[in-house]
Amino acid sequence: MSATATGSTATGPTAIRPTATPEIATQEIAGKAAAAGDNPGELLEISLGPHHPSTHGVFRMDVSLDGERIVKLKPVFGYLHRNHEKIAETASYLAAMPYTDRLDYMCSLSNNWAYALSVEKLAGLQVPERAEYIRVITAELTRLQNHASTIGFLIQEMGASGTPLMYAFREREKILDLFESLSGSRMMCNYMRFGGCRVELPAGWLDEVRKVVAEFPRFLDEFERLLAGNEILMARTQGVGVLSKELAIQGGITGPILRASGVNYDIRKVDKYGIYDRFDFKVPIGAHGDVYDRYMIRMLEMRESVKILEQALRDIPSGPIMDPKSKIRGFRPKAGEAYGRIESPKGELGFYLISDGSPNPYRYRVRPPSLINLTVLEDMCRGYNLADTVVIFGTIDIVLGEVDR
Amino acid sequence: MLGEGIAKGLAETARNFFGSYVSKERLTTVQFPEERLPQPEAARDFPFLVYDGPDWQAGLRCVGCQICEKECPPKCIYIEKSKDKKPDALGKPQFYPAVFNIDISVCMSCQICVEVCPFEAIKMDTEFELSTDDRFGGLLWDKSQLAKSNEHYNKIHPTEAAEVDARLAEEKAKAEAKAKAAVQAAAQAAAKAAEAKASPAPPSAPPSGSAPSDSAPSGSAAPSAPATSSSSSTVAKND
Repeated sequence: MSATATGSTATGPTAIRPTATPEIATQEIAGKAAAAGDNPGELLEISLGPHHPSTHGVFRMDVSLDGERIVKLKPVFGYLHRNHEKIAETASYLAAMPYTDRLDYMCSLSNNWAYALSVEKLAGLQVPERAEYIRVITAELTRLQNHASTIGFLIQEMGASGTPLMYAFREREKILDLFESLSGSRMMCNYMRFGGCRVELPAGWLDEVRKVVAEFPRFLDEFERLLAGNEILMARTQGVGVLSKELAIQGGITGPILRASGVNYDIRKVDKYGIYDRFDFKVPIGAHGDVYDRYMIRMLEMRESVKILEQALRDIPSGPIMDPKSKIRGFRPKAGEAYGRIESPKGELGFYLISDGSPNPYRYRVRPPSLINLTVLEDMCRGYNLADTVVIFGTIDIVLGEVDR
Repeated sequence: MLGEGIAKGLAETARNFFGSYVSKERLTTVQFPEERLPQPEAARDFPFLVYDGPDWQAGLRCVGCQICEKECPPKCIYIEKSKDKKPDALGKPQFYPAVFNIDISVCMSCQICVEVCPFEAIKMDTEFELSTDDRFGGLLWDKSQLAKSNEHYNKIHPTEAAEVDARLAEEKAKAEAKAKAAVQAAAQAAAKAAEAKASPAPPSAPPSGSAPSDSAPSGSAAPSAPATSSSSSTVAKND
């Protein structure tokens, strides 16, 4: 840890609230000007990460502190860069599918779906009814386990070591067991294919899902009993890390963070991709855009996901799970471009593909929600304590596999 | 009252803690090395090569077509095709992999090699305790390490293996029926040629096509053998 003293910024740190105009560049200039000595305040620059236990993966924040308050915060990432997009451009369309598992490794099935959706748009494949239901079921289970573990980590970062995280992981484990018996792997599922799903559901799998889904609200109730009205939680979350509605929209923020700031935008409702128009569910909207709202939005979304799952499990038909036109080898979609997007648990996950008629994509681009949601971190943290930074960062819910790609 | 929320939460923790002594549902941990959960049937980690029969070298299903090598996303498979051919399970001469290596440290267990293989020759294993202290050779497996019997495959993935076996048996039966039909057709043609007698025998060029269904009108099959059990191997030898 290196500490260097520079002058404070032109604007006093205590007065700073998250504003709609990010002024990182001007602040740096102002900071340099102030270093000459016209401002008596001294800033402490510290580097949080890349192996700090409360950063999610290998992520570093260059933080300038005035006392305990954040003046500047610069996210530094790229430690996990794996050249995902270029690898996908040199390999066949199918060969990119297992790599999408490794983008957001908490929610591989959502990633599979987003990629399959864009290739299906490109190649004009029709997904059979049963496969659509399987996709909804797996994606909503993914959302349950992602939100459960996110909240568990969030509470852990506030200092409640262990208990809430272990309760959340207990539930997550049940869902990962379902994924394993479905696809063979707990996290790297690689299950969906262009025009359907890879294998038929194993015998009795739907009954197991019904059991887990029926039990899941009990976990939510337990979690709420554990934390609702907890004074420490309230003090640490309410009014902390406020993200204004305007900044959230301007920053291109999506997912639970955007909805916590009071914007009604859920791609499941806006796009109605797949068969989401058939399900009756609500989109929870926050009012304050603080950490508490982001926490509660995820709790409420889990309840809505349970509703979707109940309906999907009730209605799932029998039938084929693959489009007969789809093929595993020698897949060459005609020249063109497509953008497929889904509401992943973290936000809008999109894949933009350009095909030139060859077996591999000409351009392959991922729109990662984690990276784009990360861009407002400084605006959310400025003016709050260092200890709040970790909590605010936790509510963004990023996975570095997706940020760095 | 300040602290009420915390107290309520602690009551929940206490309920779980004491409940773990009486309720199995609240005690979810497994003491791993001693106590093991069964793996689900779909479990997969690394590929292996399936062979039929007792001898792994003779019974290897792989024909060295190199499709899996080409389709493997992290390119962890290395194959060298053989120069000569060996008869496969159907008695048909096929190439075989002279070298078949998989670098397990590169493999990401995606199962695409299994999906693209047209010969049901490569399948996913469930063995996961594979750590080694040999940095270079320990995780680079050659075909002697990769070859595992069809019985092993039936043991780890019973449902899937039963389907595969049924499909292979069907294909084999179909191939045999086809070969039989070819012999019969050849015999009929030869008999017809003998009946006609008027014209001289056609130039007896051996049938060059690899497919045994080509009813060769030559007299290579004796007219006195109307499709006995000498079915597939004799015909298939022609190419």
